[in-house]
Amino acid sequence: MTLLDSLSSAASSLASNKLRSILTTLGVIIGVASVIAMVGIAEGTKKQSLERLEALGSNLISVMPQRRWNVAPGETPKTLQMEDVELIRRSVPTVMAVTGEVREGVTVKYGSLNERSQVTGGLPEIQQIRNVKLKEGRFFTEDENEQIAKVCVLGFDIYDRLFGDGTSALGAIVRIEGQDFEVIGIASFKGGGGFMNPDDMIYAPINTVINRIERDESLSSISVQAMNSDVMPYTLAEVQKTLASVRTDAGGEELFRAFNQGELIETAEEQSRILSLLLAGVASVSLLVGGIGIMNIMLVSVTERTKEIGLRKALGATQDALLSQFLLESIMLCLLGGVVGVLLGIGSVTFVAGLMGVPPVIVPGGVVIAFGFAALVGIFFGFYPAYLAARMEPIEALRSE
Amino acid sequence: MNNPVIETRGISKDYEMGTIVVHALKNVDLSIDKGEFVAIMGPSGSGKSTFMNVIGCLDRPTSGTYFLDGREVSKIRDDDLALLRNKFIGFVFQTFNLLPRATALHNVELPMVYAGARDRSGPAKAALERVGLSQRMDHRPNEMSGGQQQRVAIARALVNEPVLLLADEPTGNLDSHTTEEILALFQELNDEGKTIVIVTHEEDVAGHCKRIVRFRDGEIVGDESVQNRVVARRA
Repeated sequence: MTLLDSLSSAASSLASNKLRSILTTLGVIIGVASVIAMVGIAEGTKKQSLERLEALGSNLISVMPQRRWNVAPGETPKTLQMEDVELIRRSVPTVMAVTGEVREGVTVKYGSLNERSQVTGGLPEIQQIRNVKLKEGRFFTEDENEQIAKVCVLGFDIYDRLFGDGTSALGAIVRIEGQDFEVIGIASFKGGGGFMNPDDMIYAPINTVINRIERDESLSSISVQAMNSDVMPYTLAEVQKTLASVRTDAGGEELFRAFNQGELIETAEEQSRILSLLLAGVASVSLLVGGIGIMNIMLVSVTERTKEIGLRKALGATQDALLSQFLLESIMLCLLGGVVGVLLGIGSVTFVAGLMGVPPVIVPGGVVIAFGFAALVGIFFGFYPAYLAARMEPIEALRSE
Repeated sequence: MNNPVIETRGISKDYEMGTIVVHALKNVDLSIDKGEFVAIMGPSGSGKSTFMNVIGCLDRPTSGTYFLDGREVSKIRDDDLALLRNKFIGFVFQTFNLLPRATALHNVELPMVYAGARDRSGPAKAALERVGLSQRMDHRPNEMSGGQQQRVAIARALVNEPVLLLADEPTGNLDSHTTEEILALFQELNDEGKTIVIVTHEEDVAGHCKRIVRFRDGEIVGDESVQNRVVARRA
């Protein structure tokens, strides 16, 4: 008996019971599809995290004011000041750039348009630290910061919302919290998204923001860029030590918190990786359940076709021939489920990723593993029923009704 | 070359039914030569079915030796028995046992699939023509009468050119007219030199054969040539 004979025999047997074959395959379809979807979405999330990391700037240490239990909620404690920025610049040799940052949610008006956005005040170095690339125009200068000039650089989203018709915004005057600002630059699209979306940010000189909008000298944060990733731990420790000497309260508690941005994202990424492993595990379980469904139906099929098995044996079918016939049936069921599952998985990655705002990623390795696993499920769960068929006594099988 | 097609020497078959041992066959000696047309008769429980299973290589005797076409086959492995059945024996069953979803042609090709034959449709078509069904090759079993289905089964039994046709109550599910047709076909095949063994409990069917072997309680109690053999009416 050739492989082709076995294949056509298995195919015709499956085709003769279409509904049952389809229902049986459903478990495998769902299993394969969810494995691919879960792996794909997890990869998409990872890719997005990396993009956000890039968007935030590399080798970045953030220093935040530490909220204290005895401070009224909503009020930022007056901890970090511009003099701390100077202190870090002077004291830590591995710092490449450092800036204080003041962030404030603002209303921006242009013509009849009225948009909510966020203004970030910083030193000119913030362009390098936050990795702001300009589509048009220029960034503000140290002189403009000194002069408390009312100039700003628009993030791509806020630019798009205010000047969506494609007109150049350079030189235009926008009203930020009732103050007229000249647009001197427009940032390129970054695509980071999420909290503190860099595309929805307006950059302005820090002195301007402190004096004309915020009217408070406390910094929202200090961003420090280290020279390279190797000196990050040293730089973080030095920043920590330097600030601790000046920003510790009477009780000995530090009034700030310094951390590595990259590590923060890595932690988040690690969590999402664990979650996706968990989801892939659940998906694998459904593939396993699908396999049990196949075994169940193959056992029914072998029982139903006992007489046929007896006949085939009487006509000269060897044990191997019957084993391969029934094994091929379950493998075909699983591969069929695998093919449909792969297509469905790719479809759902695209769909769900779209809903989640995550880039869709089809992991070729995931597809191959899911498909291979489906075939393995077919062999594993198909073997026992096929073995039963192969081992039947021909007389007993022929006699059954 | 003059080996008998079937030769059994002291064949016994015991079954264990719980604690009781049933002696289904007791020391059976039988020889059937090429070209014979034998009816094996006996009431149920006489051992005739067990004997048919043994000579059909579907079962092995507990003791004794069985030579099929000169080969000793009483002790060989299951898979080798399958190959022997495929090559040397053509089975015809009471309930036809055709694959319901396959056409007549495909049903007849089935033993050749297990023989590993490459050109299957040629011999299968020839076999169907031989049983007078050249017009029904593409029909499925449910589109054919009982007689036609049994002809397909006979074609299937013939297609690997076995040394022995073994029929188990082949007319048990057929009306008397169709029975005559099928028996006529068997007589034609025997006239052409096929060795045929029919297991039956009907004297009328046995009367169409050339020799009757009677079983009772696991032993042969009669072995006679048929006098005044009935020649079936050809359809």
